[in-house]
Amino acid sequence: MGHAQHNTDTLPPNPEKATLEGRNKFLAFWFFLGGETVLFASLFGTYLGLRNGTAGGPTAAEIFDLFLVFIMTTILLTSSLTSVFAMLAMKKGNFKQMLVWMWVTVGLGVAFLGLEIYEFYVYVGYGLTFTTSAFGSAFYTLVGFHGAHVAFGIGWIVTLLIRYRKSGLTLTNAPKFYLASLYWHFIDVVWVFIFTVVYLMGIGG
Amino acid sequence: MSNSQALKKSVLWDWLTTVDHKKIGIMYLVAGAFFFVLGGLEAMIIRAQLMFPELNIVSAQAFNELITMHGTTMIFLAAMPLLFGFMNFIVPLQIGARDVAFPFLNSLGFWLFLFGGILLNLSWFFGGAPDAGWTAYVPLSSAEYAGTGLDYYVLGLQISGAGTLIGGINFLVTIITMRAPGMTMMKMPLFTWSSFVSSALILFAFPALTVGLFLLMFERLFGANYFIVEAGGNVVIWQHLFWIFGHPEVYILILPAFGIFSEVLSTFSKKRLFGYSAMVFATLIIGFLGFMVWAHHMFTVGMGPVANAIFAVATMAIAVPTGIKIFNWLFTLWGGRIKFTTANLFALGFIPSFVLGGVTGVMLATSAANYQFHDTYFVVAHFHYVIIGGVVFGLFAGTFYWWPKIFGYMLNETLGKWFFWLFFIGFHLTFFVQHFLGLMGMPRRVASYLDGQGLNDLNFISTIGAFFMAVAFVILLVNIFVARNDKAVADPWDGRTLEWATPTPVPEYNFAQTPVARELDALWYEKMQGNKKLPVAEPLGEIHMPNGSILPIIMSLGLFIASFGFIYATYWVSVIGLGLTLGCMVVRSVKEDHGYHIPVEEIKQDKEVG
Amino acid sequence: MEPKLNTNQPQVNLSKKEKIKLEREMRHQIITFVVMIFFTALAFMSVASDLIPASFAVPFILILAVIQVILQLYYFMHLKDKDHEWPNAFMLSGIVIIIPMVAALMLLLGVVKY
Repeated sequence: MGHAQHNTDTLPPNPEKATLEGRNKFLAFWFFLGGETVLFASLFGTYLGLRNGTAGGPTAAEIFDLFLVFIMTTILLTSSLTSVFAMLAMKKGNFKQMLVWMWVTVGLGVAFLGLEIYEFYVYVGYGLTFTTSAFGSAFYTLVGFHGAHVAFGIGWIVTLLIRYRKSGLTLTNAPKFYLASLYWHFIDVVWVFIFTVVYLMGIGG
Repeated sequence: MSNSQALKKSVLWDWLTTVDHKKIGIMYLVAGAFFFVLGGLEAMIIRAQLMFPELNIVSAQAFNELITMHGTTMIFLAAMPLLFGFMNFIVPLQIGARDVAFPFLNSLGFWLFLFGGILLNLSWFFGGAPDAGWTAYVPLSSAEYAGTGLDYYVLGLQISGAGTLIGGINFLVTIITMRAPGMTMMKMPLFTWSSFVSSALILFAFPALTVGLFLLMFERLFGANYFIVEAGGNVVIWQHLFWIFGHPEVYILILPAFGIFSEVLSTFSKKRLFGYSAMVFATLIIGFLGFMVWAHHMFTVGMGPVANAIFAVATMAIAVPTGIKIFNWLFTLWGGRIKFTTANLFALGFIPSFVLGGVTGVMLATSAANYQFHDTYFVVAHFHYVIIGGVVFGLFAGTFYWWPKIFGYMLNETLGKWFFWLFFIGFHLTFFVQHFLGLMGMPRRVASYLDGQGLNDLNFISTIGAFFMAVAFVILLVNIFVARNDKAVADPWDGRTLEWATPTPVPEYNFAQTPVARELDALWYEKMQGNKKLPVAEPLGEIHMPNGSILPIIMSLGLFIASFGFIYATYWVSVIGLGLTLGCMVVRSVKEDHGYHIPVEEIKQDKEVG
Repeated sequence: MEPKLNTNQPQVNLSKKEKIKLEREMRHQIITFVVMIFFTALAFMSVASDLIPASFAVPFILILAVIQVILQLYYFMHLKDKDHEWPNAFMLSGIVIIIPMVAALMLLLGVVKY
């Protein structure tokens, strides 16, 4: 699997899949994301099936705060871009820059999660709780699963950042950072659909 | 044990921490066999209860628990792990690899399955087993109608399902990246191919079950309302999610069995598999269509005629690739020098039995007629024909075929043939008559039946058949015991694929030198070329091996402990359990473990001894 | 085995061609990002404004979402690059499988829905 031209003190151009182990991880993670697609599709389907089942409780159109969600979306999209920058820095071999961009990504992730918690807090104040109606349960489950993914992603990336804060880029940690960034993008992919299907269609359709 | 490092460890510690695919395979087989016996005993009690009308051997409640646990155990804890056992042991050998892609995850997958299975079965001792059928339809499985047993079901399956998903991804990557040089995708043995497709199905099917189980768990434990109609919920959501997983699940089971039959039939006919590429594509098509037909389990819930028609036609379409396979097996046999070993007998017995199951499958797929068959013994007969006649026959064929490679000794053929014939006759006695019971209107999952309805004789015959199968299985256990001194050679069947090129017992590193596969049936090709040995891709050198780890078992234990916290609403226990699991994940992520190397001298020593 | 280096200097020796490639990729990613933000704003406005009827807005925002996801998958996550055949195969299979799934969960819920 190795690229031929690297000697002992430089890394090959794509360090994340230069070793068999790295390539295995890369494939396995993509397949895992394929499975995650089905996981979130099941949650989306459930939400779409139940979104009108409000049982007299608050409806989507009554409570959703589009502006807040728009801000959240922008934050998460930006964090996706910063993790792209991190991976470009890695490909250039600039490990320090990569760490910085990853920390920025984490910071944006925390901001997003904070706003999401605040958003839930507001909706609960409006009388939509997890147990109010089928709509409430399905909404909090779908968005909560996404939030849990964000939280897990933050924990994962922070663990990596602390562990490798001064190790330099190696063939062992390059795949780890690359997978974490793929995971982060995937969270963003899911959010794009949540933004559209849950919030925009909740208000507009 | 070929390396000095491992010798120092105690045997128990070695097995608890092993990441060797062969040992994990054996553990899957042992655990799967244990659950198979458990599920079999449950089946015997069910059949005993139904032997005569209005018997009261067990109460109706216990009967419900028995049928639920029989189905759940057999599918999730017996058939899947047994297949995983073969896949683990055989697939890396068949592709000429030293191990799977992720040895650590492989071990994690096993321990998750085992702890999930134990959790599910502990329900018997803590307030009764789940009683809503293996499908756990709401509202029968809701907090209102079902007790703690259902919580055990939800969490036990969640944990073992996670293990299965991990195993599936592992096999996919292993098969893609770890093949020996020269073995292209279209030169892979069919068992490897079917394991690959089956793993892909696991990848896409299990997340739907994960979500379904989470929803049911949230509803039962935290008061969510997905399935509660007066709160705007809908019970059909569960049925969809369950069958979106559940239908691919039966293909997950049958495809590896198809792979085993392909290997066995080709080996014992001394012929290359007929229509190899057609077989591969048929497998892929079955895998794909498996995701498009789940709603045929729900014809009677009121999806409307258009949806019913679409799913009916899609279902019938599956008969086409399956038919292709049946004909290819027949043509493989045609003109071959057939040896009637026990393994081959199971493969030969499979063909007509499975065709019977397939025909009733098409009958059930006819959505209009389905209203008549639904929830009767006709359905029970159908799925036992495909699952026993397909999957279990496959497992037994695989057992006799690969036993010498896995356990190092030959099973007795005479006892084996007794086993086959008793099992075969018992199987058909039990389930053939159930078709007619179903057509007469006997409903499934009911604890008894009344006298004077014309159901007595057929039920009696069915129970006698079940006893035949039980006796046959005891003969298999006797066989395993008495044959234990009959040492096997490395290649007892004059095999065709790479697993038979390894010495028996298989060394830890499988192949001292990575082989080159030049053709389909790589070993057979070299035999025909007059080569005593496989060509190799590398000089003899030291071999890199992964270190064992105790973390998988602790991670699984963490989830096991957390489950009790959820079931009994003592959440600090859950926090401890989940903390244990997450902590292990962090340790695993932070601690770089580069494995160790087996020196060349040791490999040379092994070679001389072997 | 493992090349370990001090962090201050670039560790990867890139040819001029590869450097240009990375520069170009950087540009593409930024363009992708701008397009995605623009689409998000467009979707937001088409729902927030009362001028656009829902019968148009809903399919419109769904199309925007699909395009965004394609951009995200193929550019940010590099599915467009070579050496991504298997990831492509599995992601596409996943997407094909979820279409009937979501449709069924939405529509085939029995005659009496609520």
